[in-house]
Amino acid sequence: MTSEAGVKPGKRALPLLSVLAGLAVVAFLLSLATGPSGFGFSLRGEAGAIIFKEIRLPRAILGALVGGALGLSGAALQGYLRNPLAEPSLVGVSGGAALGAVLAIHLGLAAAFAFALPLGGLAGAAVAMLAVVALAGVHGGPVTLILAGLAVSAIATALISLALNLSQNPFAAVEMVLWMMGSLTDRSLTQVWLAAPLILLGMALLLGVGRALDALTLGEDAAASLGIDLARTRLAVVGGTALSVGAATAVTGIIGFVGLLVPHLLRPFAGHRPGLLLPASMLGGATMLLLADVALRLIQPWVELRIGVLTALIGAPFFVWLVLKTRAELAP
Amino acid sequence: MRVEARNLHVRLKAREVLAGLDFAAQAGELTAVIGPNGAGKTTLLRALAGLLPPAAGAASLDGRAVAEWPPRELARALAYLPQERIVHWALTARAVVALGRLPYRPMGAGESAADARAIDAALAATDVAHLQDRPVLEISGGERARVLVARALAQQPRALLADEPAAGLDPAHQLTLFAHLSKLAAGGRTVVVALHDLSLAARFCHRIVLMQAGRLVAAGAPEDVLTGEHLAAAYGIKARFVQVEGVPIVLPLEVLP
Repeated sequence: MTSEAGVKPGKRALPLLSVLAGLAVVAFLLSLATGPSGFGFSLRGEAGAIIFKEIRLPRAILGALVGGALGLSGAALQGYLRNPLAEPSLVGVSGGAALGAVLAIHLGLAAAFAFALPLGGLAGAAVAMLAVVALAGVHGGPVTLILAGLAVSAIATALISLALNLSQNPFAAVEMVLWMMGSLTDRSLTQVWLAAPLILLGMALLLGVGRALDALTLGEDAAASLGIDLARTRLAVVGGTALSVGAATAVTGIIGFVGLLVPHLLRPFAGHRPGLLLPASMLGGATMLLLADVALRLIQPWVELRIGVLTALIGAPFFVWLVLKTRAELAP
Repeated sequence: MRVEARNLHVRLKAREVLAGLDFAAQAGELTAVIGPNGAGKTTLLRALAGLLPPAAGAASLDGRAVAEWPPRELARALAYLPQERIVHWALTARAVVALGRLPYRPMGAGESAADARAIDAALAATDVAHLQDRPVLEISGGERARVLVARALAQQPRALLADEPAAGLDPAHQLTLFAHLSKLAAGGRTVVVALHDLSLAARFCHRIVLMQAGRLVAAGAPEDVLTGEHLAAAYGIKARFVQVEGVPIVLPLEVLP
């Protein structure tokens, strides 16, 4: 799959993106059609219309947006850091969003007014992004960015633990833990409208760095000599990830592994080109999260799982497979 | 295109790597930059390519400071081939060479007919056309080096700055690479190579610039620069400049005490 005789690199893009877009549309429709009140689009009566508009539609839109944001930012970070193990949580914004949301619960704001939770998440993500950029600097290599992301994540994790530790109210503590597992259920269209503009803006920033990521394949000097503005690329990658994943996490909680897994699976189909992998991973991420969410509702009569738990259950064995594959490749 | 440095000072961390260097390479000439390890050859090339800001003095192309060139215009005029042969992902050789066309490609556009011609010509020039569909991480180091040279050629620059382009290549490909660089120079391009192989420099280059510790030792025609005295001063070696069947060769004899 890594090479096809006679196929020019540009010729691969259109069929790949068409297939992935088709899959995403199918997954979106499946998500709209699935639920405990029955399969299909023609739910009867006023209740059916409400279920459709108030429950299924926001859930499907959110699944597509959040999955797309995770897949796209994972591909962008892997390309920018030139590291196949990079994923959105690496730059600290999901940790920051989680801390913001946990604080909103801890301080009782979430109980006082419903939007405190996503707004707290957004504020946390913004603060985390500013901290990462301030720490890592605008000019600099991948290593400083990874270290800055790890440092900010570590601080966020420590403060989340502190909030859990100090929590007087066991219900609040449970709420915090559940929130961190990530979920697409019971989200309103209003929450979708809160997150969507930020997610889409972040996606636009990330989709714009394709050429830069292609050029970075040859290292930073060669990329700069090809006319790429490295500082702008860095800001677009960090800013785009912060906006899209920060807003996504603020509304849904932490959903792991999509950003790691999807670029990995699609890379060979994109001829290993980091630029083409961006839109491919966006569509693939949306498809994966929508399908995972459909699977969740299918097994719901027997076991109630949160989507972050499901993606982790799928993603962790994938990591094991990755280790085995790497070991086989490195074997003499 | 005239590639020039005047009184160029470059600092990396606190260390002064280039200490007031004057340099000029003309269109139609193949210029070699030689000197011992750590002399500042790579730093000079990077500064000329606009990748390092000068602490004092200036690097310029056709009389205009490199920093003042719009990035994309600069990328069409000048190609820089780094010494490290970095390719991070398993792109095919052709996809790597196609990266040289980025400065010509509007955002979101695919490969144009002109792009395809430039890529094909570059693949042929470095004898890697038969490898074009292979992932670059699976071919040999010397083959990968040739693919990366082809990337710089596909850029169709008026000036080419190449850092050790022949290192790791077998003798046949070293000769064909330098024959091609000579041809580029003969066609009116400015070609500057940093080199350790003094015989290749003597044989193919019109001008040689000998550096040591960030300063100029000598510059001029090969026979004027590659003298026993200069080589002793710069490298600390005793060497002879001889001709074998009309081909100039620099033969290092011993390290001077």
